[in-house]
Amino acid sequence: MASPHTATIDGNEAAASVAYRLSEVAAIYPITPSSTMGELADEWAAQGRPNVFGTVPTVVEMQSEGGAAGAVHGALQGGALAATFTASQGLLLMIPTLFKLVGELTPCVLHIAARTVATHALSIFGDHSDVMACRQTGLAMLGSTCVQEAQDLACIAHMATLTSRVPFLHFFDGFRTSHEIAKIDLLADDDLRALVDHDAVRAHRARALTPDRPVLRGSAQNPDVFFQAREAANGFHDRCPLAVESAMARFAERTGRRYRSYDYHGDPAADRVVVVMGSASWTLRAVADQLCARGERVGVLTVRLYRPFVAAAFAAALPPSVRTIGVLDRTKEPGAVAEPLCVDVIAALRQAEQVGAAPWTASPRVVGGRYGLSGKEFTPAMAAAVFAHLRAEAPRHDFTVGIQDDVTHRSLPVDEAFPASPAAPREAVFFGLGADGTVGANKNSIKILGEATTGHAQGFFVYDSKKSGAITVSHLRFGPDRFEAPYLVGRAGFVACHQFHLLDRVDVLRHAAPGAVLLLNAPFAADRVWDELPFEVQQAIVDLRLCVHAIDADAVAKAAGVGGRINTIMQVCWFALADVLPLAEARLRIEASIRKSYDRKGDEVVRRNLAAVDAALAHLHAVPVPAAADAARRRPPTVARAAPEFVQRVTAAMLAGRGDLLPTSAFPPDGTWPTDTARWEKRGIAAAVPVWDPAVCIQCNKCALMCPHAAIRAKVYAPAALASAPDGFPRQEWRGKDFPGQDYTIQVAPDDCTGCGLCVQVCPARDKANPRHKALEMTPLREVRERESERFVFFLQLPEVDRTSIQKLDVKGSQLLQPLFEYSGACAGCGETPYLKLLTQLFGDRLLIANATGCSSIYGGNLPTTPYAQDRAGRGPAWANSLFEDNAEFGLGLRLSVDVLTGRARKLLHGLAGLVDGETLVAELLAPEPRSERWLRDQRGRVAELRRRLAPLALAEARELHDLADYLVPKSVWLVGGDGWAFDIGFGGLDHVLSLPHDVNVLVLDTEVYSNTGGQASKATPLGAAAKFASRGKAVDKKDLGLMALHYGHVFVASVAIGAQDAHTVRVLQLAEAHPGPSLVIAYSPCIAHGYDLVFGADQQKRAVQSGVWPLFHYDPRLGERGEPPLVVDVPASALPVADYMRNEARFRMVEKIDPQAFRRYALGAQQAATRRIATYEHIARLRFPSAGAAAGATSVPDPE
Amino acid sequence: MDLSTDYLGLSLPHPFVAGASPLGDSVERCRRLEAAGVAAIVLRSLFEEQVEQEALAHHQAEVGHADMHGEALSYLPASPDQVFGPEEYLAHVRAVKRAVAVPVIASLNACTPDGWIDYARAIDAAGADALELNFYAVATDAGESGAELEDRAIGVVQSVRRAVRLPIAVKLSPFYTSLPNLALRLESAGADGLVLFNRFFEPDVDVEALELRPRLDWSDSGELLLWLRWLSLLSSQVRGSLAASGGVHTVVDAVKAVMCGAHVVQLVAALLRGGVGRLQQLTHGLAAWLEEHGYRSLRQMRGSMDRSRAPDPRALERVQYMRLLQTYRLE
Repeated sequence: MASPHTATIDGNEAAASVAYRLSEVAAIYPITPSSTMGELADEWAAQGRPNVFGTVPTVVEMQSEGGAAGAVHGALQGGALAATFTASQGLLLMIPTLFKLVGELTPCVLHIAARTVATHALSIFGDHSDVMACRQTGLAMLGSTCVQEAQDLACIAHMATLTSRVPFLHFFDGFRTSHEIAKIDLLADDDLRALVDHDAVRAHRARALTPDRPVLRGSAQNPDVFFQAREAANGFHDRCPLAVESAMARFAERTGRRYRSYDYHGDPAADRVVVVMGSASWTLRAVADQLCARGERVGVLTVRLYRPFVAAAFAAALPPSVRTIGVLDRTKEPGAVAEPLCVDVIAALRQAEQVGAAPWTASPRVVGGRYGLSGKEFTPAMAAAVFAHLRAEAPRHDFTVGIQDDVTHRSLPVDEAFPASPAAPREAVFFGLGADGTVGANKNSIKILGEATTGHAQGFFVYDSKKSGAITVSHLRFGPDRFEAPYLVGRAGFVACHQFHLLDRVDVLRHAAPGAVLLLNAPFAADRVWDELPFEVQQAIVDLRLCVHAIDADAVAKAAGVGGRINTIMQVCWFALADVLPLAEARLRIEASIRKSYDRKGDEVVRRNLAAVDAALAHLHAVPVPAAADAARRRPPTVARAAPEFVQRVTAAMLAGRGDLLPTSAFPPDGTWPTDTARWEKRGIAAAVPVWDPAVCIQCNKCALMCPHAAIRAKVYAPAALASAPDGFPRQEWRGKDFPGQDYTIQVAPDDCTGCGLCVQVCPARDKANPRHKALEMTPLREVRERESERFVFFLQLPEVDRTSIQKLDVKGSQLLQPLFEYSGACAGCGETPYLKLLTQLFGDRLLIANATGCSSIYGGNLPTTPYAQDRAGRGPAWANSLFEDNAEFGLGLRLSVDVLTGRARKLLHGLAGLVDGETLVAELLAPEPRSERWLRDQRGRVAELRRRLAPLALAEARELHDLADYLVPKSVWLVGGDGWAFDIGFGGLDHVLSLPHDVNVLVLDTEVYSNTGGQASKATPLGAAAKFASRGKAVDKKDLGLMALHYGHVFVASVAIGAQDAHTVRVLQLAEAHPGPSLVIAYSPCIAHGYDLVFGADQQKRAVQSGVWPLFHYDPRLGERGEPPLVVDVPASALPVADYMRNEARFRMVEKIDPQAFRRYALGAQQAATRRIATYEHIARLRFPSAGAAAGATSVPDPE
Repeated sequence: MDLSTDYLGLSLPHPFVAGASPLGDSVERCRRLEAAGVAAIVLRSLFEEQVEQEALAHHQAEVGHADMHGEALSYLPASPDQVFGPEEYLAHVRAVKRAVAVPVIASLNACTPDGWIDYARAIDAAGADALELNFYAVATDAGESGAELEDRAIGVVQSVRRAVRLPIAVKLSPFYTSLPNLALRLESAGADGLVLFNRFFEPDVDVEALELRPRLDWSDSGELLLWLRWLSLLSSQVRGSLAASGGVHTVVDAVKAVMCGAHVVQLVAALLRGGVGRLQQLTHGLAAWLEEHGYRSLRQMRGSMDRSRAPDPRALERVQYMRLLQTYRLE
């Protein structure tokens, strides 16, 4: 049995457990991949878990990482022990405060799950670009290489900061270490208590700012003294490395685990050494061992203490025999002499040589290279390529490894056949979907193996970019001895595919070793499984001599009543086939874990999951494998052959999981990416899709409006267009007066639908004779996929409606317009995307979107595909994400540019009026904009005519106007983001942008939590809702952003809920867009973090409105100018008790489960808040302003003329 | 005036009990009921199906989105304090028991044989003074006979009786073929009393939306007649307690129910509409009425109009109804 002092946990938990127990205050803010550390700290504090000093740490969520750093700074100055956790942009936001922490010699530790800083693109994955951006602050920096170290060096950092007074940045690789689950030896409270220098803690307290011993910090100093005073701290930084070494020594004494600041591994007489930080160290060490065994003389120097960088100690750690040093940096500094670690190494060697501390006679050659940016794999083969490179006479500096750079030719060749370590543990790879529980089951399996054996176990999990139907790949390793393998499993002895259809989309068997066991979850009898496989899979099975087993796990799960959660069923099958633990023991442990995990979730949950486990093995069958592949069916192409060249060449490779193989030349160098590509990604993830019955439909178009994925659409068209329609293509005659004699069709996109069912739920049309039957009915995808796909292809090529022919842009009319936001990867039932889709229908062909980081930037801009689309004229939304915090300012910048360029075009037009031969044309082009669709069409016609007339003119002004003429058609600038942006991190910027007169439109998709990072509380979280960082219910009500904004007077403000009052939303978006100044629309957006089935999202929105929780209003300064009350409460609340609304959502209900009295208090408070809110709005709605009301800035942007 | 009565072996100072309703939903409300002089409090039912459905729904909300995306391994906070199952109800029973001295009667509607037994045991352990088994089911299965349905009810009572020691009442709907026969069988199976009757949510039809809308209307005095008939018919035939639940709004309503055999009357609509102050009015009113009409005690009056003692018991039988109709004359 494993020692009781071990646990199988991830790197975040390993670090957080130490940070929590050695801190009294933690100021936190969510950011991937460090969020878990803050969440755990908050969770432990909520449970009342004490630190080693016997107090429960105070954990406070701030409005940004900048805020968290400020709070930590204050707490430290106040004498408490404080810590924080962050990554990437979050760490960058802390930098100003970090200088202060260092300057004031304030002991503390920041724990960083190191992540890429956004450059040409955002990336949530790991590299060192964030921590490297802090090296100038003077923080001590300590880098961990694995989960065990994430715990141990966290402790050493806390020890050393107290004794040295230098604040520490402790970092480990985001995802690779932060999210890897591994078995580690735990540090007990007693260990931490014994290791911390309590005198240093007292000394820290003694430095606290207190009126009992008044001092002043943060003075402003002048040239006479600043410099000397800055140098006065030198001794602390000089002594810091010693403090680290001393902490490491004491740590070793206590635990037996010895760490070194500069840790050499390899041949003591090596001639080639690679210097590295982070998890790649293990890969290099394993490869060095292999090479040494072959007689090569190589070694690896792992840098743990990066700042202060101790030249002498570093040099001393190198073998004197070293001739060539390769320094691997996991970051990129364009324009630098070398990447930062490399620069440090070169400088350190030079220094060591200058002071005579260098052990070698001939100065070694140093070359630097980059690897692993944004979590790019660093495999043994790549490590071997680096060692091989260093063997060259004059190895290239500034190389890259892990990519194919066919543009600047810096990349090293990699021999992919290089074998992984011969002592490799047993490995398994599992393909699943996010919703089927595969990852959860594998995490559980790893824990079972960790607990049941004395051996070592490791799990790492890869997710795709989608939030619905996401593919997950689990990489598991286990073996009798401790190992570190910080890279994905290559070819495993066990491969499982938990979703049969993935075999058509992904090359699952590229992970299968010859003779491996293949486990399939197949919705067929075992004797049919072979025939259902595509030829390529059959061939691979035959070639690799795989042993195939299959189970219809979905049927077993359905019978057991666990829905689509096939996790435990597949888990039992794995244990049965993989022979990693006696099956009986594995079953007992799985059952025990089910009881433990679900005990508090009720007997029925436990019973059903146990029933699933019981039933599994009886349904597991061997699949006979013939001698040769015989399928007629081939794997379908990743994208249709009609897709554009870029999609075929680049996007398709990414979709097929071959993005790693794309060379540098495949990519635009500045992050520019084509839109309109989601249409080529056909995922077919829905179990059931809606099918339209024209005999029942009343043509309300509500289905199309509410669909989060634009996967159900309406078109009105001339009957003649049906000449080539597929057989049975459903249609009905258009019933309105606006398109007499035309036909109408509602069509589902079966491969793009997520099966959320919202369309059916909101469909009001029922069969008169059988009201159970609606105009839309969910039907199993398998039954209708082929037919509906053919129909959808035909439907798409039907002509789009003439935008100018829509007489009324209401719910019905708007949904005849082409959506230019389609098939995003948002969650099934997402409450945000219907607003965005509507936005693109109303203004898509002239829309610029500045999108704050968050869910909307992930489903909006996360590759491989982009949901923002183009119309047949090639127009569509232009979209950009700058950052999380600066989106309002960024969007304002877009507006300013549009205004400047529009002004320039108008000025040029004035100047060229005579030459373009037509006063009427110029006058019409410059006439005030009524912005109707007809006017827009005519204006575009006039622009085309202007260009035609400008073309022959040789004047520079004419060419310039030719380029700028499109700006004579107004652009619609929208600033889009979630509540985390608008209420918290970006509020300052948003407030400022709203205070200006410029014509920007802000759409806040308010899910009332930080949805993207997993549901942490924001200032939009309502009173009494449980959210991460407010797990026992938020104690104060949400900020009334609308009310705050409308006090400016010149800002159009509205609150909408599309599921409650769709017509209101459609109208308000148009009013907001038409308002010539700033507009703010706050949109209620149901989210999975609310804890209910989102098929009921619209119903719950109605309850929110009826109870007064979410008032629907708009404040239009133009009304005030007309002497009318500018605030209109559009839908008055009815008498629905707020508690009735609250009890429908798990986020509120779980508070009642934990603490019924608190819930009652919150429900009462929420009721009072709703009453107060309604009263306030109704009061304001009665106010008329005597003069033309709005603030001076409420006029439109000044005309540049 | 002696208004005391016995119900399920509990000695009560008067027959006015707060019936299962929002009245007992919070400790504070229970305290107010006690202060207003209620004789006993019946808590709302613990519904096994609801408990399970919520646990499953919550489980789905929690795990259905777990480990789906690299940025978020979950979307709801982990709360080890949160326990699904009957605990919330049991905690409420315990809290009410701690808060008030009057008897607290829990109520249970389970949907599985194990559910009846396990939850009844848990309620017993939570300290309830008695348990109402709320047979709240509508017979919808054409394959199940009336006899089978009744046998199932009997089986439940037998097994709960074996499992718990606290007094058991069975709350029935009026829709049984032979209520007296069922009542006797329930009594033999271990029921200490009967509660007449359950009120079902009734489906209404929304003719615009073409949807069924369940609704529950509070009773009024006009409905009392149904209660009186069955109280009277059962009172002379069963040994256990009888509670009239529904239709009692006035002093005279209460008098009628007791005359027909009720040991207690459970008030819901009367208290929800009239406030808990109504309890005192009814108690005082009942005492005054008895006084005025020369009764010595409530016990003297109880059952005086049941089938065995009513002057013309044929009025309780169906044929009498026919005769009345036949003799009805237009003025």
